[in-house]
Amino acid sequence: MRNVLTIAGREIRSYFSSPVAYVLLASYVALAGYFFFALLSAFNQALSIYSMMRQPEMLQRFNLNEMVIRPLLQNMAVLLIFIVPAITMRMFPEEKRSGTYELLLTSPVRVGEIVLGKFAGGLALVLLMILLSGFFGVLLSAYGNPEVPMMLSGYLGLALMAISFLAIGTLISSFTDNVVIAYVGSLFALLLLYTVGWLGETVQGPWGELVKYISITDHFQEFLKGLIDTKDLVYFATLLVVGLFLTQRSVESVRWR
Amino acid sequence: MIEVAHLHKRYGDLSAVDDVSFTAVPGQILGFLGPNGAGKTTTMRVITGFLPATSGTVKVAGFDVFEQSAEVRRRIGYLPETPPLYNDMLVVPYLRFAAKLRGMARGDVDAAIDRVLKACSLTNVSNRVLGHLSKGYRQRVGLAQALIHNPPVLILDEPTNGLDPGQIDEMLAFIRSLAPNRTIVLSTHILSQVVAVCEKVVIISDGRVVVEDLLANLTRDQRLDDAYKRAIAGSHRGAA
Repeated sequence: MRNVLTIAGREIRSYFSSPVAYVLLASYVALAGYFFFALLSAFNQALSIYSMMRQPEMLQRFNLNEMVIRPLLQNMAVLLIFIVPAITMRMFPEEKRSGTYELLLTSPVRVGEIVLGKFAGGLALVLLMILLSGFFGVLLSAYGNPEVPMMLSGYLGLALMAISFLAIGTLISSFTDNVVIAYVGSLFALLLLYTVGWLGETVQGPWGELVKYISITDHFQEFLKGLIDTKDLVYFATLLVVGLFLTQRSVESVRWR
Repeated sequence: MIEVAHLHKRYGDLSAVDDVSFTAVPGQILGFLGPNGAGKTTTMRVITGFLPATSGTVKVAGFDVFEQSAEVRRRIGYLPETPPLYNDMLVVPYLRFAAKLRGMARGDVDAAIDRVLKACSLTNVSNRVLGHLSKGYRQRVGLAQALIHNPPVLILDEPTNGLDPGQIDEMLAFIRSLAPNRTIVLSTHILSQVVAVCEKVVIISDGRVVVEDLLANLTRDQRLDDAYKRAIAGSHRGAA
């Protein structure tokens, strides 16, 4: 455990001692803020149009959760597809390039501890991002009237999705000593995972079911609707555990005869 | 104590290390010589547990590198060919990180850092960023991290690489001062350095050991240069 913290600590310090963390945080928050502003403006505009038309039954259907929070969270999830690989791409390639990989692997530290330490370092940054984007939710609650539990469930879904992305990015970064390959490889995997559900609409039968189960979007949707189901929690936990386990095997494989 | 026995390392069809055996004992610096590409770095990486061997055994302080890897890694200080530095870190936090990785008790870390900063003459750069240090200082920080946990076994891959002549003398004198009670393997291709510090010499060429002898025996009736050239010339197995 102490080794995990040592490695995670170094990882976090390295994010923040270079502009990397600030650039990633700023891009994420700025873009998310822009989405928030655009969605909220559209909501306000629609609201004022329907108020002028004096159609109270239409106004009834207006819902902050459905028209602002849900699309905002979905857009932030798409943002994370691009940002998380930028966090994970350096994890292993940089160590391999600079020779520090030899220091890590010849120290009396277990490979699992190295993997967990690196993952935990990235996790701190990702959770900070999501925490910062929680500000939009706080704003809405202060000035509007959203369903707070549904909103919290949506944020939880976003966090779980980000954690899964991070585990997959960590795995792919362990395969290579090249940051570009690590970035593009992770981006590819995450985009595929995010969009594979589209096939679920057309493919019939058991394959269709499988595709729907694999699709991360389908599980995320449940959280957006405010439904926290064990089935979806198990899905995210599986991605996390399998991702980290395979990373451990991948790093360990250099020691295989 | 390091015992290497019948070590083979193949990369696909390429045999990098071919039946290498030698022994290094405490108190006696072993100079590991050979042309570039002879297999020195590969052998050292196997000894430190960074690379697995294809076959053969390596024992460090009585522990098998493959079976009891963690015990071995706890006892080894390793300076790889390129010093393993995180360029965005400062010298002292880097050494603290290395000390923690080696499992040192929290209370001992600060004293250990002070000790290696003094020993490697790094006190005046202790607040500098590693990425801004000159080659000579980088090499010394690399040595400092290898020494931080006071290991009984030191593996130094070309420790004088990139140093200027004055620094080379200093570095060699320092390594000699570490020798009592420690097993040290030092690789180099500069023969005068071997004469200056080593007591035992292993020459490797094309992945094979061609000479394993005490320096005194080897240089009794010839200069080391000649012994080295003769050993290398005799080893070439023709076009491989």
